[in-house]
Amino acid sequence: MLREGHEVSCLDEDPESHARLEVGLDKGWEDLGGQFTVGAGLETDALVAAGIENADAFIASTDGDNTNIVIAQIAQRRYEVPTVIARILDPLRAEWYERQGLRTVCPTRVAIDMLESAVREGAPRGGAGPSDGSAEAA
Amino acid sequence: MYIIVVGAGKVGWNLARELLEKDHEVTVIESNRRRYLTVEQELEHNVSYGDASELWVLERAGIQRADMVIAVTGDDEDNMLICQVAREKYAVERIIARVNNPRNKSHFDLLGIKPSVSATDLILRLLEHEVPEYGLVHLLDLQEEQLEIIEMLLGKDSGVTGRRVGDLEMPEGSLLISILRNGKGFVPGPETVLEAGDEVLAVLDPGHEEQLKTLFGPGGNGTGNGG
Repeated sequence: MLREGHEVSCLDEDPESHARLEVGLDKGWEDLGGQFTVGAGLETDALVAAGIENADAFIASTDGDNTNIVIAQIAQRRYEVPTVIARILDPLRAEWYERQGLRTVCPTRVAIDMLESAVREGAPRGGAGPSDGSAEAA
Repeated sequence: MYIIVVGAGKVGWNLARELLEKDHEVTVIESNRRRYLTVEQELEHNVSYGDASELWVLERAGIQRADMVIAVTGDDEDNMLICQVAREKYAVERIIARVNNPRNKSHFDLLGIKPSVSATDLILRLLEHEVPEYGLVHLLDLQEEQLEIIEMLLGKDSGVTGRRVGDLEMPEGSLLISILRNGKGFVPGPETVLEAGDEVLAVLDPGHEEQLKTLFGPGGNGTGNGG
């Protein structure tokens, strides 16, 4: 998104994560206009330092579902960010929070769908059918 | 009453024990297998193994018919979301959440998770009450009415000991309402002389605490002019 010319700000607890941002870039993250803040997503100070007050979009994609759901709601309710998206691994909760008005991306759901279609594509001719379930389980 | 307690740490376990003694129906949900096995030896079928932030775990524990959900895990996000889901998805009437980090308290409020209980805050309040050095204790905050009541302990070095109440220059918008002396309370008159060890209660408009603290604190000049 940075390459497309958007202003992108990353917030991460681990200062080392900054190096990962620069993998594959020919210039430094900041040189390209990116911003990087070290801090926890639940800390109001860190969110503000990362620029949440002026953000047009906010993506909560830490490795914890619960953290993502909480921060996303903070972004929605306290900072009124127009577009808020949360990564939720648990399909059931992703579905429920989606219905509550939170935009969610569920990688588990996406992976299940992809794996399922991969199995169907790989199945022998005429074999796509009920047997798919057992192939997936295997 | 059917009560679900999430988290079988020291708080959850003891809470469950007390609730069971009071004849409530209780299920404790614990996500750590070893902890679950330990607690299960005592609480038996009243403890259930699983991660309560997963909906099916809550449903297996019968959240649909629960009258109350108490989330006391060591993780604030878990406590917030378990209570949120309990109330908004399963229409549980009463929820209580534990706040581990007092800085997260405002997040609980934002998500409408009330009441939330912070042990750190409780201990701080106790500390303020028990340790005189703290000087000033908030007894009551009437936010809507814009009034508060505070308690101050007069130390030996307080600038107002030995002075008549009538001579004190109380900030505008504040009033001495009672004095506790040797375990007894009374309403002071202008002639009342303040003594070291007095616990003084004052009602005031919010924002006057500092002025009162200076006035009643060490070396404070109670009269403002004749001291």
